[in-house]
Amino acid sequence: MTEKSLAPLILLHPDDNILVCVKQIRAGDEISIEQEIIVSPIDIGVGHKVARFALAAGDKVYRYGAPIGSMVEAVAKGHHVHMHNMKSDYIPSHTRTRQIQYRSEE
Amino acid sequence: MNSAINFSAWLRADGRKGIRNVIVVAYLVECAHHVSRMIVNRADDIDVHLIGFPGCYPNQYAYEMMRAVCTHPNVGGALLISLGCESMNREKLLSDIRASGRPAELLVIQEAGGTRSTIKSGVEAVARLQAQAAQVERVPMYLHELIVGTICGGSDGTSGITANPAVGRCFDALVAADAICIFEETGELIGCETIMADRAITPELGVEIEACVAKAEHYYRVMGFGSFAPGNADGGLTTLEEKSMGAYSKSGSSPISGLIKPGDIPPAGGLYLLDVVPDGEPRFGFPNISDNAEIIELIACGSQVILFTTGRGSVVGSAISPVIKICANPETYRRLAEDMDVNAGCILEGEATLDEVGEEILQNVIDVASGKRSISEELGHQEFILTYKAFEPIGPGCLPVRQIA
Repeated sequence: MTEKSLAPLILLHPDDNILVCVKQIRAGDEISIEQEIIVSPIDIGVGHKVARFALAAGDKVYRYGAPIGSMVEAVAKGHHVHMHNMKSDYIPSHTRTRQIQYRSEE
Repeated sequence: MNSAINFSAWLRADGRKGIRNVIVVAYLVECAHHVSRMIVNRADDIDVHLIGFPGCYPNQYAYEMMRAVCTHPNVGGALLISLGCESMNREKLLSDIRASGRPAELLVIQEAGGTRSTIKSGVEAVARLQAQAAQVERVPMYLHELIVGTICGGSDGTSGITANPAVGRCFDALVAADAICIFEETGELIGCETIMADRAITPELGVEIEACVAKAEHYYRVMGFGSFAPGNADGGLTTLEEKSMGAYSKSGSSPISGLIKPGDIPPAGGLYLLDVVPDGEPRFGFPNISDNAEIIELIACGSQVILFTTGRGSVVGSAISPVIKICANPETYRRLAEDMDVNAGCILEGEATLDEVGEEILQNVIDVASGKRSISEELGHQEFILTYKAFEPIGPGCLPVRQIA
């Protein structure tokens, strides 16, 4: 099989502030985000999100051009955006070991 | 779309057409499950399916679902297995199925002499039903006569990029051919309500769509959990609305012609949203305890084929209607290729476009409608779940098409 040189991150919509990983990224890999090379601090799996820009707590997160929740902590450009720093604006998500504590404001 | 595309179908007395000629063996309470399963095992035929309802207490929804699936166009005959003391109205169900023009038989274990005797009588009954079902006339069926349902299970961060929008492309082609397409799980459309309402063919329908998503949000809030599984998070999804936006893309871009509830059969070609969240205050627990509870509701609305998208890798099929599996994630596809009909993950690897995969899904629909076994069907997957629920009839704004027609 020939090696494909596809970018590991894709932008789904011009208004998005996250990128989606489509090819496994390993900690230490160099990734290009908005004309800047960033060294990924951790492994990022296919389907996971990284910040396209530096985001602040309270910022809405956009994917497909639509809001999919809000940041609860700031995140640096190129870093992982997931349950540790982001929450639903509707119903809290849960994992096998815990129910995410962030409650959306009623 | 070539409107001449057709396949050989079974013509039912009500005019509907089936792409399979299944005999269902239905237990009417859990106490009759083992006997029913033994009958299906002895029949040893890929087109004899086990279905049933476990509850002993009466439930109008469960009755209507049993009636709808036993008189589904893919069903050629039904054997009902009752213990004898449960609440399900077996005589009415039997007469409803016979009134649909299908052969149906009923065995009551308490009257038939017990386990062994009922299994023996049941095996003989299945043989009689098969012989009668084999006499049903075969006629050409056209694409516009198909009802196709879609569901996603085990979604991940790739589902909304590959498999779901590819199904959306297939749905657009089917709707353009005047077929009926159904998408569902309003609890997994939380966050999409306003954009979805904008696609409704009338403002009144848009209001109904927003209301049904608000109902779902309230219901799941009371449950304390959104429709979000740990595997969704493992696969990169963070929030319910993120999962929703991905799931929503299965619907494609056609206008939304109506909002239906389980057992409602859409009146004309077009795209319909199926409301699967019960009405009233939550009474019986989670709306759908797992994917097959939704699949059987799509089938109760007449779906002859189901398109099932998965990122993490579901392996299920269904009783009654074949399930076509579309895998969103290329890594999952490599692990579970033996369970997948379509690899939409190739889109991420630059090997195909959404349009090409959409066409491949449509070709799978045509092939399966023409008699080819889907992979889950070939593997013998015939899952079926029916639980307690309560619904009010749909409101007058939900089916504008019916009023126009």
